[in-house]
Amino acid sequence: MTIDISRFAQTFFDEALEHLASMESLLLATNLNAPDPEDLNGIFRAAHSIKGGAATFGFSALAEITHILENQLDRVRKGIMPLRADMVDTFLETSDLLKGMVQTYQSGDEISPATTVDACSKLHALETGGTAAKGWHLQLVAPGISHERLAGLAVTLQGQGWRADPDFPRDHAFICSSQASAAELTAALGAILAPHEFVLRPFSMARAAPVPLQSRVADPGVHEKESGTRLFEARQSPGQLDLANDIAEEDESYGLFSPRGTLAAASFAASSAAEEDGPPVAAVPDGTRPPPGVPMPEAAILRTASASTESGSIRVSTEKVDDLMNLVGELVITQAMLSQLAGQLDPAINELLLNGIGQLERNTRELQEAAMSIRMMPISFVFNRFPRLVRDTASKLGKRVRLAMHGEQTELDRGLIEKLSDPLTHLVRNSLDHGIETAEVRRAKGKDEVGALTLRAFDQGGNVVIQVADDGAGLNRARILAKAQSQGMKVHDGMSDGEVWQLIFEPGFSTAETVTDVSGRGVGMDVVRRNIQAMGGRIDIETRTDIGTIITIRLPLTLAILEGMAVRVDGEVYVIPLAFIIESLQPSSNELRTVSGHGRVLAVREEYMPVVTLQHVFGGAPRACDKGLFVILEAELGKIALHVDELIGQYQVVIKSLETNFRKVDGLSGATIMGDGRVALIVDIESLVRIALGRTVSEAA
Amino acid sequence: MDYISTANGAAEYLVFTLGLEEYGIDILKVQEIRGYDHVTRIASTPEFIKGIINLRGIIVPIVDLRIKFALGEPAYDQFTVVIILNVAQRVIGIVVDGVSDVIALTRDQIKPAPEFGAHLSTEYIQGLGALEERMIILADIERLLTSREMQLTDALVEASS
Repeated sequence: MTIDISRFAQTFFDEALEHLASMESLLLATNLNAPDPEDLNGIFRAAHSIKGGAATFGFSALAEITHILENQLDRVRKGIMPLRADMVDTFLETSDLLKGMVQTYQSGDEISPATTVDACSKLHALETGGTAAKGWHLQLVAPGISHERLAGLAVTLQGQGWRADPDFPRDHAFICSSQASAAELTAALGAILAPHEFVLRPFSMARAAPVPLQSRVADPGVHEKESGTRLFEARQSPGQLDLANDIAEEDESYGLFSPRGTLAAASFAASSAAEEDGPPVAAVPDGTRPPPGVPMPEAAILRTASASTESGSIRVSTEKVDDLMNLVGELVITQAMLSQLAGQLDPAINELLLNGIGQLERNTRELQEAAMSIRMMPISFVFNRFPRLVRDTASKLGKRVRLAMHGEQTELDRGLIEKLSDPLTHLVRNSLDHGIETAEVRRAKGKDEVGALTLRAFDQGGNVVIQVADDGAGLNRARILAKAQSQGMKVHDGMSDGEVWQLIFEPGFSTAETVTDVSGRGVGMDVVRRNIQAMGGRIDIETRTDIGTIITIRLPLTLAILEGMAVRVDGEVYVIPLAFIIESLQPSSNELRTVSGHGRVLAVREEYMPVVTLQHVFGGAPRACDKGLFVILEAELGKIALHVDELIGQYQVVIKSLETNFRKVDGLSGATIMGDGRVALIVDIESLVRIALGRTVSEAA
Repeated sequence: MDYISTANGAAEYLVFTLGLEEYGIDILKVQEIRGYDHVTRIASTPEFIKGIINLRGIIVPIVDLRIKFALGEPAYDQFTVVIILNVAQRVIGIVVDGVSDVIALTRDQIKPAPEFGAHLSTEYIQGLGALEERMIILADIERLLTSREMQLTDALVEASS
């Protein structure tokens, strides 16, 4: 089994186009005089996400441009550079260009290096307040060409009306500056030099340094060699080898690094290089002999494989699937009603009818399962992109990391799978960058030089739990607090560890000393939390200094169905999502205490929880709590004891939006239809707790 | 405004009563008429929003116009009528005192509404229909139900008529 990355590439293309679209709409909506920081963050995040994805899939031209775009956006966002109209124009232009590039990559075509260089120089020009917009500065790098030839070249160029800097022949590079575009210069140079002899790079006058990210696509010659060497390193360096072997040990089914997989990995690298460089044969480095029995154009084989998997499935709009799910939900309810009615009939007289209803019940259940399974996908769809990401990121950071993945077969709603990839990518990058230390540091700490990163997925109740665990340095409480203070966040030393860890999810928070290509900009974690919450999930951190960090994401199995506890309060039925319920209990009177004559608390094993009634959240007559039960709920803000009259039972309910025909009601996340056809309201615990803790319990005991 | 144009250029209206007044609403907006069944209350909503019902799998809010317009003591029995409406891409049910009939009104029979105090503010009245001895208040039900005071919608979808 080889990983066919092109399958995920499609997801990336879709996502990138989505991000670009949102970037564009945000840019268009931005008010130049008073840009909304949230919008700027949004634009920045879009660029950041595209960059991350592009780098993962090796679309270097795309990654390069977005990297510079991101840098400039970051400056605007942080207020270092004011937002100007020409910037918005350039950003929009760039976004159009990126859209074109994504489509080009999608169709498997080449990106012209000149395009990249042009776009980069335009973006760089923004720094100098638009003055450089008169002409681009391009740095010509031509390794292996003598000084004499370069000097001659400068003369020739000047003769053709270019402004070249002949006094800058150092490092075989000199600067051309012109009104014309890089494409024209490339054409002009092409007449003198062979295409593989030179590279054009944008040259930033503001910093007088070449762009930070090396233009690999711009240099087909060097790139070929590079991909070749990388390939060898992958097979020779002990760290990488560890990675390969360990993964093979961890999970045999994961084919990339299994013995035969090494070949696959080689051909995979070759195929990815081929995508950038043209014919696949050209990309196979001279030293690698095609393994016996494996045909040369491996890339072609990978492509056909992906084509055949595609033909076995159809793309259906999620709307249709949702409709189907809804209808099945209705059917289940109707069937339950029929069964209930049939139970009252005389079995002797209505035997045929009862048989029919029994059959209906069976069929309905199967239909429901089948419909559910349409939306379910194994989580390996997300996990499979990580070996490459971990390998690339780790080598970029000079760290040695062993990746282990467990439970890739865990199934999750398709909608969730798609939304999960971004947050998980951020978490993995963070673990690699901030969590796992370099080999030297690890040795000094007495740890194994090879860091361990574990991705785990498993079912727990109605939830899917996904963990990203590393054995790195752990979070540093003091540093987080200091950083939070310097960022003007409200913190104090008495905060619990849990509260401190939650700080890293605040927007703009990053403890990294330096901004690297990988992470440290302080985007990411806030997006991660927002995305997870939007999916109805939770995220928790467990960390120990020098032992490691475990980040746990809990997600509902599906968005459409909720595992809930039905309770009765004042004659109405409410459904509480099971994920929030810790326990239900009937307290003795001495466990119910009054605090300063107003609020009441419930003592559960030495822990005091505020008593909340639905009336005091939704407004209504106060009620006595001496009868009935308490359901202990845990939300992000804390625990509460919710008073209910009766527990009815545990149900899987189909979530119906209140907003379709009505509006949002605070404290409710939706409604559902119970077996008897009545409507029950689904309580939104997070907002319930927020409302409840906001208002003190002020009813007389 | 989309009226059905019958042969004589008339539009059809469903007539219901609220108190002593007769109201007409564009029949095209009416999805169905049903009895009043169990309604699930929604806390923290005004009293005239009775709650939500399950209409064949769709969650539909029910508004009692009798409470909204303070017309005596609303009773809920087997004669209570709910008109299910399709307005502004939403399905909403209204509780009224009774439904009488469907009438056709030609354009000449519709007079502009004078500035006076019906239960309904003039803003929501399209005109007055004269049919023999009866006067029927033609309500712009879409605008009424999407209005801010009804609190049925979020940020407003104010109906454009």
